[in-house]
Amino acid sequence: MSENKKTNINELSTKYKKRSQTADIFRRLCRNKTAVIGGIVVIILLLMAIFADVLHDYEGEVIKQDVTQRLQSPSAEHWFGTDEMGRDLFARVCYGAKYSLLIGFCAAVVSIAIGLVLGALAGFYGGWIDMIIMRIMDVLLAIPGTLLAIAIMASLGASIGNLVIALSVSGIPGFARIVRSSVLTIKDSEYVEAARAIGATDRIIIFRHVLPNGMAPLIVQATLRIGSVILSAAGLSFLGLGVPAPHPEWGAILSNARSYIRDYSYIALFPGLAIMTTILCLNLLGDGLRDALDPKLK
Amino acid sequence: MWKFIVKRLVSMIPVLLGVTLVIYLIMSMAPGDPAKVILGEQATPEQIAALRDELHLNDPVLVQYARYIGGLLTGTMGKSYNSGLECGIEIMARFPNTVRLASVSVVLSVVLALPLGVIAAVKQNTIFDGASMVFALIGISMPVFWLGMLLILFFSLRLGWFPSSGSEGLKSLVLPAVTLGFQHMASIARVTRSSMLEVIRADYIRTARAKGVSENKVITKHALKNALIPTVTVIGLQIGGMLGGSVMTESVFAWPGIGRLMVQSINKRDIPMVLGCVIMFSVSFSIINLIVDVLYGFIDPRIKSQYK
Repeated sequence: MSENKKTNINELSTKYKKRSQTADIFRRLCRNKTAVIGGIVVIILLLMAIFADVLHDYEGEVIKQDVTQRLQSPSAEHWFGTDEMGRDLFARVCYGAKYSLLIGFCAAVVSIAIGLVLGALAGFYGGWIDMIIMRIMDVLLAIPGTLLAIAIMASLGASIGNLVIALSVSGIPGFARIVRSSVLTIKDSEYVEAARAIGATDRIIIFRHVLPNGMAPLIVQATLRIGSVILSAAGLSFLGLGVPAPHPEWGAILSNARSYIRDYSYIALFPGLAIMTTILCLNLLGDGLRDALDPKLK
Repeated sequence: MWKFIVKRLVSMIPVLLGVTLVIYLIMSMAPGDPAKVILGEQATPEQIAALRDELHLNDPVLVQYARYIGGLLTGTMGKSYNSGLECGIEIMARFPNTVRLASVSVVLSVVLALPLGVIAAVKQNTIFDGASMVFALIGISMPVFWLGMLLILFFSLRLGWFPSSGSEGLKSLVLPAVTLGFQHMASIARVTRSSMLEVIRADYIRTARAKGVSENKVITKHALKNALIPTVTVIGLQIGGMLGGSVMTESVFAWPGIGRLMVQSINKRDIPMVLGCVIMFSVSFSIINLIVDVLYGFIDPRIKSQYK
């Protein structure tokens, strides 16, 4: 009898086993069609960026100049046409995904990492640590992000590394604020108190208990941040302050296209469309993630 | 209300000091000797040393910063490396152009975005709602300089309706203002739609309808006024982006504002001018944020009561 009861309980617990939260969020995300479309395009762009060197020959196709092929309209041979140096625009736009996404992801990761530590310290310890960190963040927030990045690039000079630094700095205050507010709501919860009672150190409490529970708004913000970083990076390259020539960053391609827009408008069309599609899909994915992570919309 | 404004103005002082310090430190990291930039390639080491002494470039950075702040308080921003003139004079000469462009863009984006957002919310789940939100999403995703290039291509080069550059007359303002305002219009429309959707389901809206108030009055007088707080917040937040966007827009349309002056100064390595431009933008941004905070009080009496 007792054996039977045990089997029944096991069967019931398997049947009604609580689904993991991640699986639940993923299921809700998959229900959102626009977010799925956005996610698929982002994955395709990521694959294009990862395999850029396999798909296109950098030396022989992406940056190789050929004056006999200059300013060719889109054709079967050159899908997006060629630019003023005779370079294939399709190869440059595809390869450009590598630069744009690399800069976007790196700058977002650096902003998150620094913002996470600063926000966690400010929220968890409070007092003068909070005061000093948040006043510095207030100062950084008082400078419009693009302008701060322009100032840093003007000072450090145009290069991919400097561009990542410039765009990371302007993103830190936003993440620090989000993490701080999450930590403030979590730090007094019972499970944090329990961890403290069993002798867990502050580092373990912050990184094992507090931060994993405050990740939801951070994930959404990160997705949207990658989009805005790509947009700002393109803007800086457009002004000549971002990725230096001959690297095929989308903003830099558009900057070169400016002089030829009257007669060869296709040069400006495709890189612009690439930027717009990427930002649009990242926004769709970010919006979908926000809805999927919102417990009110379960 | 006045007490609140004075309090906010006082709290702005340390933030602005911090802003100037951050920008000053960033710009002081620029490679190259300013004395060499001013005197040119042919300058002798003695001439360079004399100018470095005259400009106090041998002092520690923080001492130089304190001197710069002293100058700002007496109304001087230092001399341009390029023209040798006082930076403040050139910045103030260009400032009205940037203000003109930014204010027309704000007005344009708000005037178009509010009805778009309201109609999308009132006609939720219709074709109009879908179309306006797709339009808004495209607007948010479009790089401001690319939109500027496309507008020049169609409305200036192909149709010849508007000039592609310059700042003479009202016609020359149209394309830059649309370029700068489009992205912000999209954001404002999205926020207006979502806050209107929350408000029009509220009990007091149902009560107003039950009392027989006309639908127009319900939407404009009862719903919109209550939905405006998030919209005003977004407008305030967008202005920071708009100042950044104005740098790109002014460059695309050769608009003679501070944004273009800043890009030109960067290309000429004119550090005092770049510093002055960024500080001018940041001070404007802080003042706009203060105005937005005060505006809340006029929209929402509950917030106004907290100001006392």
